[in-house]
Amino acid sequence: MAEYSAFSLLKNALAGNKDWKPAWRKPDPKASYDVIVIGGGGHGLSTAYYLAREHGITNVAVLEKGWLGSGNVGRNTTAVRSNYLLPQNTRFYEHSMKLWENLSHDLNYNVMFSQRGCLNLAHTPAQLDDYARRGNAMRHLGVDAELMSVEQIKRLVPALDVSGSARFPVLGGLMQPRAGTARHDAVAWGYARGADRRGVDIIENCEVTGFLRDGGRITGVSTTRGEIRAKKVALAVAGSTGHVMQLAGISHMPIESHVLQAFVSESLKPVIDTVLTFGMGHFYISQSDKGGLVYGGDLDGYNSYAQRGSLPIVDEVMSEMLALFPGLARVRMLRSWGGLCDMTMDGSPIITTGPLPGMYLNCGWCYGGFKATPASGWCFAYTIAKDEPHEFNAPFTLDRFYRGLIIDDKGQGANPRLH
Amino acid sequence: MLITCPYCGPRDVIEFTYQGDGNRERPQPASQDLDAWNAYVYDRLNPAGDHNEIWQHSGGCRAHLRVVRNTITHEILSTAFARGGHKSADNRAEGRS
Amino acid sequence: MSPRRTETGGRIDRLRTIRFTFDGAPYTGHAGDTLASALLASGVTLFGRSFKYHRPRGLLSAGVEEPNALVTVLRSEVREPNIPATMVEIYDGLVAVSQNRKPSLAWDIGAINQLGGKILSAGFYYKTFMGPVIGPLKGTRFWMFCEHFIRRAAGLGKAGTAHDPARYERMNAFCDVLVVGSGPAGLMAAKAAADQGARVILADLEAHFGGSANWSGETIDGMPAADWAQRVAAQLAGNDNVRLLPRTTVWGYYDGNTLAALERVTDHKEVAAKGEPRQRYWAIRAGTVVLATGSFERPLVFPGNDRPGVMLAHAAERYAVEYGVLPGQRVALFTNNDSAYRSAVALKKAGAAVVAIIDVRGDVSNEMRRLASDAEAELLAGHAVVATEGGKALTGLKVQRFDAMSGSLSGDERSIHADSLLMSGGWSPTIHLASQAGAKAEWDPARQAFLPPKPTQRWIGAGAFTGSFSTAQAIAEGRAAGLQAAGGTASSGPLPVVEAAPGDPDPAPVFEIRAKGKSFVDFQHDVTAEDVRLAHREGFVSVEHLKRYTTLGMATDQGKNSNVPGLAIMAEALGKPIPEVGTTRFRPPYTAVSIGSLAAERFGDLKPERLTPMHDWHIANGARMYSAGLWYRPMIYGLPGETVEQAYVREARATRDSAGIVDVSTLGKIAVQGPDAAEFLDRVYTNMFSTLAVGKARYGLMLREDGLAFDDGTTWRLGEQDFLMTTTTANAGKVMQHLEYFLDVIWPELKVTVTSVTDEWAGAAIGGPNARAILASCVTGTAVDNATLPFMGIVHGRIAGVPVMICRLSFSGEMAFEVYSGAGYGTRVWEALIEAGKPFGLVTYGLEALGTMRIEKGHVTGAEIDGRTTARDLHLDWMLSKKKPFIGSAMMDREGLIAPDRLELVGLIALDNRALNGGGHIVEELDEANPHDSLGHITACCYSPALGKYIALALVKGGKARHGTRAFVSDPLRNRFGPVEIVSNHFYDPDGSRMHG
Repeated sequence: MAEYSAFSLLKNALAGNKDWKPAWRKPDPKASYDVIVIGGGGHGLSTAYYLAREHGITNVAVLEKGWLGSGNVGRNTTAVRSNYLLPQNTRFYEHSMKLWENLSHDLNYNVMFSQRGCLNLAHTPAQLDDYARRGNAMRHLGVDAELMSVEQIKRLVPALDVSGSARFPVLGGLMQPRAGTARHDAVAWGYARGADRRGVDIIENCEVTGFLRDGGRITGVSTTRGEIRAKKVALAVAGSTGHVMQLAGISHMPIESHVLQAFVSESLKPVIDTVLTFGMGHFYISQSDKGGLVYGGDLDGYNSYAQRGSLPIVDEVMSEMLALFPGLARVRMLRSWGGLCDMTMDGSPIITTGPLPGMYLNCGWCYGGFKATPASGWCFAYTIAKDEPHEFNAPFTLDRFYRGLIIDDKGQGANPRLH
Repeated sequence: MLITCPYCGPRDVIEFTYQGDGNRERPQPASQDLDAWNAYVYDRLNPAGDHNEIWQHSGGCRAHLRVVRNTITHEILSTAFARGGHKSADNRAEGRS
Repeated sequence: MSPRRTETGGRIDRLRTIRFTFDGAPYTGHAGDTLASALLASGVTLFGRSFKYHRPRGLLSAGVEEPNALVTVLRSEVREPNIPATMVEIYDGLVAVSQNRKPSLAWDIGAINQLGGKILSAGFYYKTFMGPVIGPLKGTRFWMFCEHFIRRAAGLGKAGTAHDPARYERMNAFCDVLVVGSGPAGLMAAKAAADQGARVILADLEAHFGGSANWSGETIDGMPAADWAQRVAAQLAGNDNVRLLPRTTVWGYYDGNTLAALERVTDHKEVAAKGEPRQRYWAIRAGTVVLATGSFERPLVFPGNDRPGVMLAHAAERYAVEYGVLPGQRVALFTNNDSAYRSAVALKKAGAAVVAIIDVRGDVSNEMRRLASDAEAELLAGHAVVATEGGKALTGLKVQRFDAMSGSLSGDERSIHADSLLMSGGWSPTIHLASQAGAKAEWDPARQAFLPPKPTQRWIGAGAFTGSFSTAQAIAEGRAAGLQAAGGTASSGPLPVVEAAPGDPDPAPVFEIRAKGKSFVDFQHDVTAEDVRLAHREGFVSVEHLKRYTTLGMATDQGKNSNVPGLAIMAEALGKPIPEVGTTRFRPPYTAVSIGSLAAERFGDLKPERLTPMHDWHIANGARMYSAGLWYRPMIYGLPGETVEQAYVREARATRDSAGIVDVSTLGKIAVQGPDAAEFLDRVYTNMFSTLAVGKARYGLMLREDGLAFDDGTTWRLGEQDFLMTTTTANAGKVMQHLEYFLDVIWPELKVTVTSVTDEWAGAAIGGPNARAILASCVTGTAVDNATLPFMGIVHGRIAGVPVMICRLSFSGEMAFEVYSGAGYGTRVWEALIEAGKPFGLVTYGLEALGTMRIEKGHVTGAEIDGRTTARDLHLDWMLSKKKPFIGSAMMDREGLIAPDRLELVGLIALDNRALNGGGHIVEELDEANPHDSLGHITACCYSPALGKYIALALVKGGKARHGTRAFVSDPLRNRFGPVEIVSNHFYDPDGSRMHG
C-alpha cells in the first residue's frame, strides 16, 4: 500500500484521485488466529499494531461490533497529557506521550498531535499547592511541568477572565507544555491502517456473542460472523467491559459504565490556543483546528449504556465555561454527544493477564482513555506477547483493589462517579 | 430524567444523587471475610438493562430510594424507599403531573 | 423600492423602512424582513464564503438550515458570530458583517485555495504535514508549524472577548401537550388539545406562526392559508391554557419527556424592554409531545450547484410570498419532484419570468404540465442541469438530456439565460427530535426519505414530519395528534377544507447529476460528490466514517441539507440501498444554542457564596478574604504595610502570648440524635463515643468503607441521645451524605436522625493563655474554671445576653474554647468577645495563623487526609478501637494499606532558614538539574513564630524512621532547593501542657 506524503497527494491529484486504495482491507474472519483482540477502538487497534510491530505477531484479528472507531476514540475531547499526581500513572502516561510525539511518522498518518500545552487553573492557595505537588511529582519523573503566574496566563489565553472579581479568581496554574490535542478519528484510522499493513485482519460488524472454552481456558469467541478460535483472546472494549465479561461468566467487575458528554461549538477563528481546565468545578476546553471549541465536564453520574446525556450536566458545563470566558456567551453550542466510560474504583486503568486462562484484559479507562491509546496498546501487546506485564502497566492489575494497592489520583475512594 | 420520589412526586434528576449499585450486600459489621468486604466495596453488577440502584433525593426530602432503571433507555421502572415499609411509586403510571 | 421588491404581497410593512449596515455599507429594508430578504431585495447576491475553498456563496435557503449566508451580528463590542442571515430579523441600527474572508467578501485572498483543487481532497491532511524525521522540525514541530496557518485560515466567525452585558434566563415549564411546529399540523394539534382543556405549549422557531401556510398559496376554509393560520393562532392566544412561544426553537429531547427550547426574546429588537432577557431557555416537562416539525427541501447535487443565485425552490417561494422579494428576474427551476411546479407558479404570480422547469423525470404528469404552462415556463422533462455560469452571481446554466433510470446524460448542451436557479431534490421530514428521543429512523423508498422512528418516549407525529406532505393530511393528522395527546377521542366536527395545487409527494430517486465540474454536497464544508466517492475508494463507507472523513454534515447546518444526498451518493458507489449505508442518529441540539442561554442565571454567578454570620465584621475590620470551597474566610487581618507572613506571624504570636480569636462557623455541624445515636457513632467513628459522658466532647476519626481516612472532628455529647458532630469545612456535605446513607440503606433499624445544622450555629474559637480570663469576664450563667469546664468539657451560659454553648477544646495547642451561638447572634457574641478581650490584647486571626498554629501542633487537616492516607500514615492509629467494628475496620489492614513504603506524616525544619512551599517534594539526594526519586511532599508549611523557624508538615516514605535525619526539599517548579531536617510532626508543646493547663 502506498506511503502517504505530499508527493503521493500530488501524484494522485493529477490522476484525479482515482488510484487511492482503502486505508484498511475488509477481510472475512479466518477460522483461527494467534491473537484475537475484541474491540476495534483506539486501544484494540493500537494493541494489534504493536503486537505486529513490536512483537512480530501478525496473525491477529481485531473484532469490532460496529464500525471501526465507533466508541470513545471518536467521542472524546482529544486532550493528550501526562500530568498525573501518582507515579504509577505518570510513568505510564509519559510513555504514551513519548509514543504520541512520534506517532504520525510511526504510522505514516498525520494524527495532528499538536503540543499546545495543557493548563490547569488554580483558584485557591490550597489548590495552587496541590498543583505544585503534582507538577513537582512530574518533574521528579522527568516530565515537563511549570507553574504559571496570572500574568503569564493572561498572555497565553487573553479571552480568559483573570480579573480578581471573578467568583473564583485565577491565582495561577500548572502547565504541561508538551501536552496538547490530536485528531481523534485519525488515531483510530492510522492505527487501523498501520496494523492492516502489517497483516492484521480488522473485521468490522462482527459482534462477540460468547466465548469458546476448553476446560477453564478461553480458546476463542463466537461472533455474529461465526466462531473464531485463537490462542489468546484480548479484551479492549472499554464501556462494554461489564457486558463482555458477563459473556465470559464473570458477573461482577470493579467497573461501572457511565456516560460522559462532550460538546463542540460552531467554528470560530482561533480564540484558545491551549488545553485549559477549570479548578473549581469540572470543565476542560480546547479548540480544534477547524475552529470548534471542544469542551466537556463531569460525568452524568449514573450507570448508563445509552450514549445519551442529561440536561443538568449541559447547563453545568456551559455555566463553568462562562465563568472562565464571559465573552463567549454568544458563541453557540453546535453538537453534543455521549460516550460510555468504564469507570474503575480508583480512576486508574486495568491492563493485565487473565482473569481467565487464555484471556487478557484492558479496561477501566474512565474518561482518560484517548491520551492512553498508544501506551495502552503498547503495554497490552507486551502483556499478551510475554504473558506478563511490562513495568509500565505492572501496577494496573485487577486485584489491586482487593489488595489495597489502589492508585487513586483524585483520592475519592471506591466511588466511580467521582473519579 | 424524572425520578418519582414516593414523598415528593416526580422530580428532575438534578435533585438526586446517585449512590450506585443497589445489589451490593454489606457484610455484618464484625465480619472478617475479606472477600465479602472486597466484593461489597469494589464489585459492581453493571448490567446493560434493568438495574437495581440507590439514589438519594439530596435536593429534596433526602430519603434514599431504591430505583429500578434501565441503563440503556434510562426508563425508570420503579422507585421505593430504600428503608422499605412505605409505598412505592411506579414511574410508568405517572403521566402528566 | 428596490428592483427585486414586489409592489405588493408578503407580510412586510412597506411603509416602515428599517436602516441597517452589512459589511459597513448602509442598506434599508422593511419591518418584517430578515437580513437575508432585505439584502436580497437590495440586489445582493454574495452572502458568504465557504469554509475550505472560500468560494463565493449566496443564499441557499430562507430558514434555519442556511449553510452559506452566515454573518456576525455586532451590538457595540459584543459579537455574535455564525448567525444565518435568514434567521436575523432586521431592526434599526442592526450591524452585520460577513465572515471568513480577507480583505473583503468580494475579494477574498482565501479563494486561492481553489487552485489547490484535487490536492485538497477529503482527508488530504491525514496524508501529509508529517514533516521530516530528523532536524529541527522533527517530531510534532513541522505539523505545529503548518497548523498555525491552517488554524488561522479555518474557522468561520470571530468570537468576541468583551463581556456580554445581556441577561439570560431559564424557565421550567410543565404542560400536558407540547406542540413543536406551528404549521397547519401544529396549529390543529394545539387547537384540538386546547379544546380538550389540556395545558398546551406551542413553540415555533420562526417569528410568525403558520409554517408552510405562510407561503404555500393554498386556501383553507375559503381563506388564504396564511390568514387561516393567523386566525387559529389568534384563537389560541386567547386561550388561558395555551402558551404561545414564537421565535422558540425546541432543540433537545431528553429523558423523561424533558425538552429544551431556546426563545429569542429580544434579538430582533433594537432595544430590549426593561427586564427582558436576551434569550430564555425553556426546560419543558411535557406529558405528551406533538412533533409537527415539517420537512426540509433537499438540494440537488450537480456541477456548479453552489453558485450564488442557486437556491432551494421553496426558499424562493418564501422570499416571494412572505417577503415580497424575487430572487431573480429570470428564474429557472430544476427538480426531481412535483413540489417545484407550485414554486414556479408562485414566482410567476409574484412577477418573475419563469424561463424553464428542468425535470429529471421524463414522465411528468398532466397536472404538472398544466402548472408549468400556468407559470408560462418551458418544461424540459427528462433533462438535467449540468453546469452553471457566472461569478458572484448566476448568469446562466446548461442543460442536457437526462435519463433518470440510468443517470446518463445525452445530447447537446443547451444554454439557458437565467439569474436564478431554483432546485428541489425532494423533501426530508424533520425527524431530529424524534431521533434524539432514542430510536432509529426508517428509510421510505417511496418518499425517498427517512421517516420518524417508532416512539420510544411519549410523542405523536403529525404532518410533513411523518412524511404526509399535503396540507389536508397535515390538518387531519394534527387534529388527531392533539386529541390523542390531550387524552380526548371525540371528533370535533368537520375538518377545515383545503384547496391546494395537486402534486405527488414521491420524488424520482435522483440525487446527483454526474457531469464535469465540482458538485457540492455539503456547501459550507465544501464536500463534493467526488469527495464522497474518494471516501468510498479509501474504505470510509459507513455513514459515520463518511461524515468524519469528509466532514460532510459537520458544518453549522449539521447536515440538514447534505445528509441524505451524501448517503445516496455513497449508496450508489457501494451498489447498496441507502438504508444499508446507515442512518445518522441525531443528537442535541437541533440547531446551535447560545452558551449564554444554557448558563442562564448562572452566567456571571456560577456558584452561591457562603458567608459566615460574622462576614461583614471581617470585611469592616480589614480582613483579607479568600475562598474555601463556596465559603469566604479571613486569610489575615493585615495591618497597613504588613506582608501576609508578617501578619500571620503577628497574629499567631499574639495568640500564643495572650489570646486570639478566629471564626470557625464554617465547620460542618451535624446534630445526631435518637436512642441509638451513641451506637451509631461507635460504628461511624474509629473510636468510642458511647462511653462519652454527657457534657463532654471527644475528637473522632472516620474512615471510608475502603479503610482510608475520611474526616475528623470533635463530637459533643449534649444529652444522652443528643450529639453535635463537627466535621471539616470541606467535607461537611460528604459526611452528612455518608451518615444518611448508612442510616437509610445499611442500618435502617437504628433509631437515629441526623440534621445538618452548619448554618444554625455561629462559632468562634478563642485561644491563648488569657482566653479563659477573657471568657470569665464576659460569660454569665456559668463558671469557666478548670473544675467547671475541664479539657473537652462543655458548658452553657450567656454572652451579651445571648445563650452560648462553650466547649473547651484546642486546635492551636493553647488553652482554647469554642463558643457557639445562634447564627443570627454570631456577630453580637463575636463583638462581645472582642470587647472583653481588649484589656488582654486579644487579636483576631485568620486561616493563615490558624494553619500556622495547627502545623506547630502537628494536627492534620484536608491536606493530609487527602483520600489516599490511612490512620496509620497520619499516626492516628491510637484512635482505632480494637473493641468494636467500625466503618472501614475490616478493610484497613489490607496489604497495600500497611506496606512499609507508604507515605507517613512527618515534620520538617528548613535548615537554610528559608521559606518552604506547599507541594514541594522531599529527596535524599539533591539534583537540581534533574530531580528524581521523590520521597514525598510538603502538605503544609509556615514560619513558626513559636520555633523561630520555617517548618512544614510532609508525607514522606518511611516517615517516622527518618526522624532526626537530613533530607532536601526539591521544588523545581519554584526553584526552591535546600536542606531540611525530618522531625516529628509534633513541633510544639508535644505533651500538651499548655492546652490542658
